[in-house]
Amino acid sequence: MTPLTSKYALEIVNLKKAFGGLAVTHDISLAIKPGERRLIIGPNGAGKTTLFNQISGDLRPNSGEIRLFGTDVTKFSSHRRAHLGLSRTYQIITLFAGDTLEHNVTLGLLGLRPSRWQMWQPLSYYGDLATEARQTLDAVGLLHLADHPVSDIAYGEKRRVELAMALAQKPRVLLLDEPLAGLSNTERSQVKSLISSIPRATTVIMIEHDMDTALDLAETVTLLNYGRVIVDGERDAVIADERTREVYLGV
Amino acid sequence: MKWIAAAALVALLALLPCFAGDFYVNLGSQILIAAIFASSLNLLVGYGGMTSLGHASYLGTAAYISALLTSQYGFGHGPSAIISIVGTTAMAAFFGVIALRATGLGFLMITLALSQVLWGLAYRMSGVTNGDNGIAGLTRPMPFGVSLENPASFYWFALIVTAFAFLMMAIFVSSSFGSSLKGVRDQPRRMAALGFNPWMIRWITFIYAGFWGGISGLLYVYYNKYIHPSSLSTTSSAEALLGVIAGGSGTLGGPVVGAALVLLLKNYASAYIERWNMLLGLVFLFIVLAMPTGIVPGLSRLAKAVRRGTR
Repeated sequence: MTPLTSKYALEIVNLKKAFGGLAVTHDISLAIKPGERRLIIGPNGAGKTTLFNQISGDLRPNSGEIRLFGTDVTKFSSHRRAHLGLSRTYQIITLFAGDTLEHNVTLGLLGLRPSRWQMWQPLSYYGDLATEARQTLDAVGLLHLADHPVSDIAYGEKRRVELAMALAQKPRVLLLDEPLAGLSNTERSQVKSLISSIPRATTVIMIEHDMDTALDLAETVTLLNYGRVIVDGERDAVIADERTREVYLGV
Repeated sequence: MKWIAAAALVALLALLPCFAGDFYVNLGSQILIAAIFASSLNLLVGYGGMTSLGHASYLGTAAYISALLTSQYGFGHGPSAIISIVGTTAMAAFFGVIALRATGLGFLMITLALSQVLWGLAYRMSGVTNGDNGIAGLTRPMPFGVSLENPASFYWFALIVTAFAFLMMAIFVSSSFGSSLKGVRDQPRRMAALGFNPWMIRWITFIYAGFWGGISGLLYVYYNKYIHPSSLSTTSSAEALLGVIAGGSGTLGGPVVGAALVLLLKNYASAYIERWNMLLGLVFLFIVLAMPTGIVPGLSRLAKAVRRGTR
């Protein structure tokens, strides 16, 4: 293992992934600094979610390298990456529908603790887990629903539970896959202020289509198209770039 | 409150030999054995989302090891019980590595194939297993010098083991590991992203289920004093799976109710109808149509609805 003192929180080098003959990510390289807020944009099919799935370990790249704080994690399974401080949310809501909000967030906490292997005490034995889960739910404004099953709550609230599960883990690198998808205007601004309140100890990388909201949250922007990085850099420079207009804004 | 109710239930069950005849006491013993077996399968099917069609492997293997060691190799019951359970659990660990390369239907097919291999061995290796004739003339153990020869004493012995097995499995599924297991059943991808190791969680559960399957196998061979390859057959696995699904998978009580139902049907219906399997099929169909999640969840939902209605 390479030492954990690295200039970058996340480094991606020449990442390539093809499904059959179709290359979905094609030679992508990125370097993201600790604490950075990076927005990844691109039209449908640009390879954004496929890129996330490779970073989180759901998919193995055909070639290339992924480094988390200098550690090469390309061959690590998802759960090992989580223990190195990587956390993510899903574009399609992936929650435990039958369980309460508190239980959902508690699972997020449990995943990083040795007590997840413990076979004789119930989860309720660890009171600190429940307390912490409720604190996180409070932070996303859902404490009043803590004892309700996820299947009972509204879509916009589920989006916030997605976020709460990831935030509870206090990740060093957080991947947000369209956290604003399908939200109303009010919900959008709620989630937006939630994301902007994430501490700087967490590096945030976000895929988002809603440019109006997302650009405010970003410092740097990467534009993908056909599995390649088209433009990459400071937010304003990327927006001003001609290729961005061509590919994405359609102007 | 729950513990008091459970203790009261065990005490009540312990009274059965005081008023019931030998036939019913023996039937009770068989139900207890089937209940452990089905509950152990339920750890996989109901709590782990791993539908196995080869769980008889563990019942049959434990039974055969004990039968062979006590009858052919002159081992006492104590050592053969230990060797049998250790051997069966080790086999579960090995089978788990093979079967957990797949999930869903693939997993089911691998467990089926592995159990068929064992069944074939039991049939064909007649030099060791006595093939289709089975191994007869076995004895029951005498724990602490107490004979288990009469139906009541065996029933009480089986009840103690069952109560302990049930307690251990209940603790297992309600522990934080149990929460990890249920999480992996519902959202394996998310659980991995949260830092859980789905494969390891499934494998540990597979081994634990094999262990309790082995315990039920020991009781099975003690009760019957005879073992035949049919104990390893797919029918034996399928009956248990039927019981789990009919009773309600993923609930503690479901497999017990389901296993009891299958055994009662087998014992009563087979006296009147030759093709009792057909009746079992019809009953199963009715249950699945009327209560898709099984008897126990179905009835508890009904009870809730009634309570709401009378309020």
